[in-house]
Amino acid sequence: MNDQKVQSILYLNGVTKTFDGFRAINNLSLDIRPGELRAIIGPNGAGKSTMMDIITGKTKPDEGEVKFRDTIDLTKHDEADIANMGIGRKFQKPTVIESLSVWDNLELALAGNRGVFQTLFFRLSKTQYDRVDEILQLVGLKDRRDEIARNLSHGQKQWLEIGMLIIQDPELLLVDEPAAGMTDYETMETAKLLKSISENHSVIVVEHDMDFIRALDTKVTVLHEGSVLAEGTLDVVSTNPRVIEVYLGR
Amino acid sequence: MTHKPLIQQLLTNDTASRWLFVALLALGIGVPFLNLVVPPDSVFHVPTYMVTLLGKYLCFAILALALDLIWGYCGILSLGHGAFFALGGYAMGMYLMRQIGDRGVYGNPVLPDFMVFLNWQELPWYWLGFDNFGLALLMVFLAPGLLAFLFGWLAFRSRVTGVYLSIITQALTYALMLAFFRNDMGFGGNNGLTDFKDILGFNLQADSTRIVLFLATVIVLALAYVLCQYITRSKAGRVLISIRDAESRTRFIGYRVEHYKLFVFILSALIAGVAGALYVPQIGIINPSEFNPLNSIEIVIWVAIGGRGTLYGAVIGAVLVNYAKTTFTSGIFAEYWLFILGALFVITTIYLPRGVVGIMDGYLSRRKSRQDKSMAAASPQAGVATGGKQP
Repeated sequence: MNDQKVQSILYLNGVTKTFDGFRAINNLSLDIRPGELRAIIGPNGAGKSTMMDIITGKTKPDEGEVKFRDTIDLTKHDEADIANMGIGRKFQKPTVIESLSVWDNLELALAGNRGVFQTLFFRLSKTQYDRVDEILQLVGLKDRRDEIARNLSHGQKQWLEIGMLIIQDPELLLVDEPAAGMTDYETMETAKLLKSISENHSVIVVEHDMDFIRALDTKVTVLHEGSVLAEGTLDVVSTNPRVIEVYLGR
Repeated sequence: MTHKPLIQQLLTNDTASRWLFVALLALGIGVPFLNLVVPPDSVFHVPTYMVTLLGKYLCFAILALALDLIWGYCGILSLGHGAFFALGGYAMGMYLMRQIGDRGVYGNPVLPDFMVFLNWQELPWYWLGFDNFGLALLMVFLAPGLLAFLFGWLAFRSRVTGVYLSIITQALTYALMLAFFRNDMGFGGNNGLTDFKDILGFNLQADSTRIVLFLATVIVLALAYVLCQYITRSKAGRVLISIRDAESRTRFIGYRVEHYKLFVFILSALIAGVAGALYVPQIGIINPSEFNPLNSIEIVIWVAIGGRGTLYGAVIGAVLVNYAKTTFTSGIFAEYWLFILGALFVITTIYLPRGVVGIMDGYLSRRKSRQDKSMAAASPQAGVATGGKQP
């Protein structure tokens, strides 16, 4: 699905963000290729969430470049714009629309026009219906489609949210701690799901769970105090003495 | 996608709304009949003051509907919605003042009495054209709509939400109240606009005019209800709920939250304005106390007691609470009415988060599940659930 001419789907260079004197992000650089699955780990306060906020337009960096598809400057756009350009975000705490059904949640996220008047006169087409159905199948919620999202289990909510991400058809997915609060079985299923998604999307996963990262079997970036500490496969990274010191060794 | 007639589509799976429409139809036919046809000495005769009282309740029901649309569905708690109601009312009041013509106490053919009293020589520019019903009607929409647009555009764009937004809406209506109290504003100061004679040439005191105004209120309530029902049942309605439940999630899916809020806020202000315009000719007066923040808070209480987030709940709440108000404020409990109202609000908030409607729903669904169980027991194979969405 990606245009071959695009070098980097996401390119961060020298990004810095300070909150009241605290450097949440410090000269951070990151380069994600089209179709890449990247895992990001780091202790609490390493700047993972701030990085997500900067990429999705919630927070503006003090300095540095944030480029999407080589040319688009993300610091000049807001959340809705960036979402519509093709960057989807999953929050740490599962946030689905609690009082709507599973189906309605997916229908809301379905790629398409987001204007007030378009939604006011919206009618679901056959293709769109099939698409929602397909995603329901993918995230394993087909038999719960009329259930109000509030009644789903924690893991099901996480999956529904991932489904909402995929159905937006983004080029880049930012996934924040998808395995938090999941059982071991659910964690492994989620890793499988993300791997299959990464076959035709670029995905960035932030996670604490080492078993989960191992199951993803992909390039890992370690963040510490707002900048990149190490990068490479999990085995390379986990033998790095500084990484052991700040994170893994504890 | 099934393409049923709109009205049928809007009322499917909604028994309560269907009953509400039956009730409105009964009121629309029954009240005129019982007032105009049944002789006054009959026990079934509905006196004209009762028609006016019912009309007032229905105006408040329209207002409650407007508030429920933004608060119940989009989470915007406006504590100043009375302002839009009052602006619509003033626009109508200005028309009715001009209709008095030279029948005022001072007999001035152009200037309303209060302007003559203030020694004004000519009509201020913003009163020009209000002798025309069409223009007045336009202003009934324009005044609240414009204020809602300006206010909403500034507030929603700067992402003012929650309590902060509620406080500024309150400040807005309070500021307008103070402004309208001033004689220099040219809206009759603290006396407001009153002593109306006729509307479109028909005597406002005549029973037939009262009935027509009542019918207009019933029709507007029905139309406003259908409109709100359409919006809340469309995909846009689900976006509103999504904004209410998880505003930033909605942004990250790619919806422009401020556009949706602005749209629904303006629409709500327009509905409130129309309610005010219907209220004034029936009650016969509009004064700055309509801008009182207390009035706006009362609207919130009607909706909370009736059932926030269901349209019929708002209507039921407005009628119930105002009926109780009429009953209590005329009896020995008059002094305690505000305490009763406050207690009702506290009790519903704590024990009945879904209001009166929640109790009814709970009762209905228990009865339904009992029926389902007994049916399932009768034929074990029939227990398979069907339904759901079809393309």
